[in-house]
Formats: sequence, structure tokens, C-alpha cells
Amino acid sequence: MSAVIPVSHLQTLRMNIYRFNPSIDDKPYMQDIDIEVPTDKDIMVLDALHLAKVKDPSLSYRSSCREGVCGSDGMNINGKNGLACIMPLSEAIKRNKLTLRPMPGLPVIRDLIVDMKTFFDQLEKVQPYLITKSKNPEKERVQSPQERESLDGLYECILCGCCSTACPSFWWNPDKFLGPAALLQSWRFIADSRDEATEERLDDLEDSFSLYRCHGVMNCVSVCPKGLNPTEAISNIRNKLISRKGS
Amino acid sequence: MKVNEVINAKDLPVMDFDGIIIGGGGAGLRASLQLAESGLNTAVISKVFPTRSHTVSAQGGITCAIQSDDPDDDWRWHMFDTVKGSDYIGDQEAIEYMCSEGPKAVFELEHMGLPFSRTKEGKIYQRPFGGQSKDYGKGGQATRTCAAADRTGHSLLHTLYQANLKAGTKFLNEWFAIDMVLNEDGAVVGVIAFEIESGEIFYIRSKATVLATGGAGRIYASTTNALINSGDGIGMALRAGLPVQDIEMWQFHPTGIHGAGTLVTEGCRGEGGYLINKDGERFMERYAPNTKDLASRDVVARSMALEILEGRGCGPKADHLFLKLDHLGPEVVHKRLPGITELSKTFAGVDPAVQPIPVVPTCHYMMGGVPTNLNGQVITVKEGQDTIIEGLYAAGEVACVSVHGGNRLGGNSLLDLVVFGRSAGIHIEELMKQGIELKKASFDDIDKALERLNRLNSSTKGEQVPVLKQRMQHNMQNNFGVFRREDLMVKGIEKLNNMRGEVENMFLQDKSSAFNTARIEALEMQNLFEVSEATAITANERKESRGAHARDDYPDRDDEGWLKHSIYFSGTKEVSKRDVNNRPKTVQAFQPSVRTY
Repeated sequence: MSAVIPVSHLQTLRMNIYRFNPSIDDKPYMQDIDIEVPTDKDIMVLDALHLAKVKDPSLSYRSSCREGVCGSDGMNINGKNGLACIMPLSEAIKRNKLTLRPMPGLPVIRDLIVDMKTFFDQLEKVQPYLITKSKNPEKERVQSPQERESLDGLYECILCGCCSTACPSFWWNPDKFLGPAALLQSWRFIADSRDEATEERLDDLEDSFSLYRCHGVMNCVSVCPKGLNPTEAISNIRNKLISRKGS
Repeated sequence: MKVNEVINAKDLPVMDFDGIIIGGGGAGLRASLQLAESGLNTAVISKVFPTRSHTVSAQGGITCAIQSDDPDDDWRWHMFDTVKGSDYIGDQEAIEYMCSEGPKAVFELEHMGLPFSRTKEGKIYQRPFGGQSKDYGKGGQATRTCAAADRTGHSLLHTLYQANLKAGTKFLNEWFAIDMVLNEDGAVVGVIAFEIESGEIFYIRSKATVLATGGAGRIYASTTNALINSGDGIGMALRAGLPVQDIEMWQFHPTGIHGAGTLVTEGCRGEGGYLINKDGERFMERYAPNTKDLASRDVVARSMALEILEGRGCGPKADHLFLKLDHLGPEVVHKRLPGITELSKTFAGVDPAVQPIPVVPTCHYMMGGVPTNLNGQVITVKEGQDTIIEGLYAAGEVACVSVHGGNRLGGNSLLDLVVFGRSAGIHIEELMKQGIELKKASFDDIDKALERLNRLNSSTKGEQVPVLKQRMQHNMQNNFGVFRREDLMVKGIEKLNNMRGEVENMFLQDKSSAFNTARIEALEMQNLFEVSEATAITANERKESRGAHARDDYPDRDDEGWLKHSIYFSGTKEVSKRDVNNRPKTVQAFQPSVRTY
């Protein structure tokens, strides 16, 4: 990408990046890397990282689709979680600064790469797959457009981890509180008219930690790069649990 | 044993499996699901967490005659369209299998929970796509592509991942496969792979190995493909002395977002969008009077390239065209195409419900690949005869079972990967029932698969990856793009030839072991280079225009000379021909005819 930009339209950007290489470093540190970015067009934070990596090939981060659909490059950009590949510099840079850190609350493997094991373990606890007991029909299970619409805002989750790692409740109890991403998936299957395990799913959430540690801070909503609303999903599950008790 | 040491085969720790699947995209996960459900000891080796695989980016849908939109739809019509779309070098037996088995595979996905969009009656929603017809091209446009809004690939990949979790599949996530191990009989007996996080390296032995590594669009400077699409399986196959087939056939998708390269689905045109030039003219009416904007992708991409070449492009540099959707109204755009609304806003700064999207033909899909039969078994050609490679399978974009031939129809890639991922899984299952043993390899055999890693680890000087990658990508873009001609291709091949030494002896500056992405990128670069060279040499050799392969110097299709697959081996750098399969089992073969839309 850098090769096509004429030199006259470049300016220097100082990136301030969290660095830690477990095979070399005793502890993490922040490093300044200066890169040349175009003045006449916006580039994404991920593009800036690529430019920084050319200067220092040891810089490590995850990336894949580079269009905000695979969820690889969640990171903390100037204090807020987001996807580097769809975050334009014009939006990211605050007071002429671009500070990049790994997503908080999970162990750092190296530089901007966190260990997402806890995150995925919590996801697996909600049985994130369709459970049916009746026999599969020969063709599709019928679902009305309205029933299908109730999955909008849920099925689009890309498992980037931005929400759960922005959640204070998840920071505090990452092994017990399932976190917004897993709970959004839980609701995605409860809400699916084809799923036949709603009661079991709700039973599994009936303890003081799994769901009820959500205190409605709504960081998840404010950081979700796909504009999803895990807090709403969580309150939908709460309502189900409450109405189930009442009946 | 760490990945940054100089490694001897005899010191290498070993892991054993019945089946391993290299790649966690749609094809890999469909194959692994089959194996996990039958209780086999299976592992998926994926260099990224599976839902980060490129299947996730597929938008418009999965084409299949499930008779939702039209109760009279017929898989044979789909087969006809696919054969015609392939410009007649798709294997008709494979296309017959894909189109007839397709409905089963699609309903299976729905039963697993794929959130398809729905019709009023609650059936799976279908939309029109390019190159689709009713009644063998005589009944007008068909509506055959099953969709989950414009996030079908995302929905499909997540659903398959979910189903694999349910089935208890073992995942080796963020593991990188370096090379396959072949024994003295030429059978594939396993793979050398390392865990990216720890750098621990293993010889993974397996009775069956499935290549499901996807495409290699990153050989071009401008591509819709993910950064990870580096043709790892193609690199591994070529280095193992196996051939690739029709690798010169690269699809340029008509609508990549200008500048960014990100994809805008053909479903936009399926929903009623169309392309315009700088005069506001709907130019596809001139090139394809019947199907217009829903002609085959190769036809639309070439028409767009011509519009730009002839000075009717848009923008200050007249280097792109516009995709117009605003006449559809915000309801259709936001409901049916929410994903592309997001992408257009992010990467082009336009809301497609209001303004047109700047687009340009962009490298999208590799029709060629490792040749296989219907069971996904990899085939080599020895003295003109097809020969099965024991222990090795391939499915999805890395494979060339040849359902796409010279040009793939939109929506057929997702169908290809579920149908043939499944069929490879079924075949391995049956093989295991017969009871087969793990095969032995000598230390020499294993050392061969360690060669390039050891060379990289001992490098002290040489060129860096980004420099080489950029040089290769611009070479491919400039000399092997939408239109091709001999003088440019010869120049391009020479450039690649001059680069080979540098690519094999790259300098890896950072030799640390833990999550070292520089090492991964170096290994990927070598794979990309193998794909580039195979593409370049084969493209120059196919002296005709067919499907996506359009030559200025040979503008016509040459059925006498080239109604054939190309076969390329990197050892000799020679191209030979292989017969196209025109022997479907239940229908009459479709004969080549003039291809108009």
C-alpha cells in the first residue's frame, strides 16, 4: 500500500505501541514507532500497523479479512476496544496520538496478541449451536420472516472479544461470569424459533455469576464494532428467567 | 522442540491421528464434521481461529436448486449453467455430483442452524445471481442463490464451527503447517506443523490428510481476499512434486471497492443494482443484451476493463465504474444488503442507498488447484495416466475437482466447499472402516519437509518479506491481469525467475519462537510465490481465450487445442494437458457451444 503514495503527500505519525515478547522481555513496555502516512487519504489503523511492521518486523498482531468480518484484530485503540481494520486514523487519532494496546483483561501472549482461551471457554459453556430434539424434516425447518428477524443483531457476532474484554464484570470474574459475547450467543439460540432447548439453556444460567454479574455498564454496547447490543440480549434472558419463575 | 531451532527429524515429537484437516474454513470444517461425527480421531489444523477463515467473507449466497423460489427449478439447469459458465472445461461428472447432491448439503446446513433469510412461506430465501437460467438457458433468469442477507459466508462458517463444537471435533487452532511428509511410495503420511503461540513443532502423523487451505488471491496487488489467503496447500503440493490444474484461471470479481479491494456482492446486481460508466450509461446492455449485469463474472469484468481502457471510467483518473443501488430504495438496501452498506460506508465513504459505489474488477477466486476426483482424493498424472495419491485429499478452493473450469459462477464456491468437504469426509470414513494403518516415513522423508524452515532459521542475510511480496504482487497485477498477452507474460515470468533465489533464501530477522508472525509471513510468501510462478507459466502456455483467461494475442477459444485442463509441475516447470471429464452419469453431456449472455 505504501508504494503507491507519492512522497509529497506524506506526514509522520508517531505510534505508541505495547510491546512484549515472552522469549526476550522480562516485562512489557511502550514503544514509539514513527511511520509515514498519507495526508490526502484516510487509512485504517491496521494499515498503519503494517507500515510499522515494515520498520520493525518483530511487531506482532493478528489480522485476516481486513474488512471487519473475521474478528481477528480486536485491540485497544487510544483507550477503547475496536477492530484495527475498520478504524480509520481520522477517527482513531486523539490529540495527535495513536496508542495501541492489547485488549484488556486477558493474558498477553505477545505485543497486541492476547490469549483468548478464557473467552472461547465461556462461549462453549452456552452450547452455541442449534439444539433440536424433533426429527429433521426432509427440507428446511420452516421459519417465518418475523421469527428470522429476531436473530438480526445476534447472528452477526464475529467473536472478536472487544465487548467481553471491555466489561468490568468479565475482568473481575472471567471464569464465572460468561461475558457479553457468550451471553449474546446464548440469546441468539434461545431466540431462534427452531431451537428446542430453551429450558435447559435457561437452567444453565440460573446461578449468581453466569448472567447476573452483568451490571448494565454497557461498555459492550459502546465498543461493539458491529453495532450489536449484548446488554439488550442479557436483559432479554433476564426477562425470560423472571417470567419463567412467575408462571 | 521449538520452531526456531535447527531441527532434525529424529528429534521431532510425534502426534498421531486418523485424519487431519489442514484449514478451518468451510471445506475443512465440513470434512471434519463428517469425521468427528463418526467418532474418528480427527484434528483440524488451522493457522487462524476457524471463524477467521476467508469463508467468513462470502456474501451473496450458496447457489442450489432447492426449489424455494421456483418449485419447478431443476438441478440439471444449474448443471447446464455451471458447465456453460466454466467455458466447458469444468468436469461434467463433478458438476453433476455437486448440483444434484447440493440440496441435501444445503438442507443439512439449515438443520445445523444456519440463519438463512426467509420467504413469506418460511422457506429459505433465494436471489438471482449471474449466469443463472431456467430450462437450459431458454427460460430466462433463474433465482437460485440461497442467502442469509449478504452475510451467507459468515453464517455458514459460524454454523459449521458450531456444529463441530457440538460434535466434539479437536481443534489445533493457530497452528501452522509447513510441509507434508511423503514416504518412499509417494504416499502422504502426515505433516510438519507448529503451534504458533508456543513455537512447539511436531511431526503429525495421519492416515488421511485433507488440504482445505483455501485460495491464494494475495498473489495479486489488488484482491478481495483476506491477508491469510496465501495458497499454503498449493505451495505444499507443488513442493511435494504434485501437480496443479488450470491454475492460470483466476476470477476477477466485477465489484471490488475501488482502492480498498473489499468485495461487494454480486447479490447487489441480483437485487436489481446495475453498473454505470462516467456518462451514466448502463453499459452492460451493450455487452450482454439478454442478461446485462447478470452475465457471467468473466464477461462483466472484461466489459468493465474495456470501459475503463476506452476512457469511460469514472473519477478524476477515470479508473473505476459505479455500482448503482439507490433506485432500490433504503428498505431493500438495508434489509437485503446490510453488510455491503457497512463496507461501502467504511471503505468508500458512501451510503449505497443514496450514492453509487465506486468499483473495479478485483482478483477474487482461484478456479484451479490440486486436481482431485469426486471423493476429494488428490490425483497426479504419471505418463498421461491419472494416479491417486494415497493418504491425500483436497477440498474447497485449494482443490480442482473441477466444477468451475475456466470461470466460476457466483454462489458456487460455497456449494463446492460443503459438497466436496462432505464427500472427502465420507470417503475417509469408509476407508477407516476398512481399517488402515499409519504408514511409516524415514527420517530422510521427514527432513525434506523441514528443509525450508531450517533454511529460514539459519538465514543471516537476504531480502525481507514485504519487499519481495510487493514486487511479486505488482508483477502479477501488471502482467497476468484481466487481459493477458505474450510479451508481457514472458517479461513477468522472467521477473519471477529472477526472484526465486531471493524467495528461497529470504532473511528472517526476528528468529524468536513465540507467536512470531514474521516467520509465518515468510513461510506464506514462499507459498504465494509457488502459486504465482505456476499461474504465470501456465497462463502463457494456454494459447487461447477461455473463461477468465482472456488473451489479446489469442482472442478466440480453441476447442481443438485447448478443450483441456492444464497440468503444471513445479519441478520441471512444464505444462501438459489433461482430458476434461464429459461423462456425467445420469444426463447427457452438454456439448461446447458459443457462449453468449
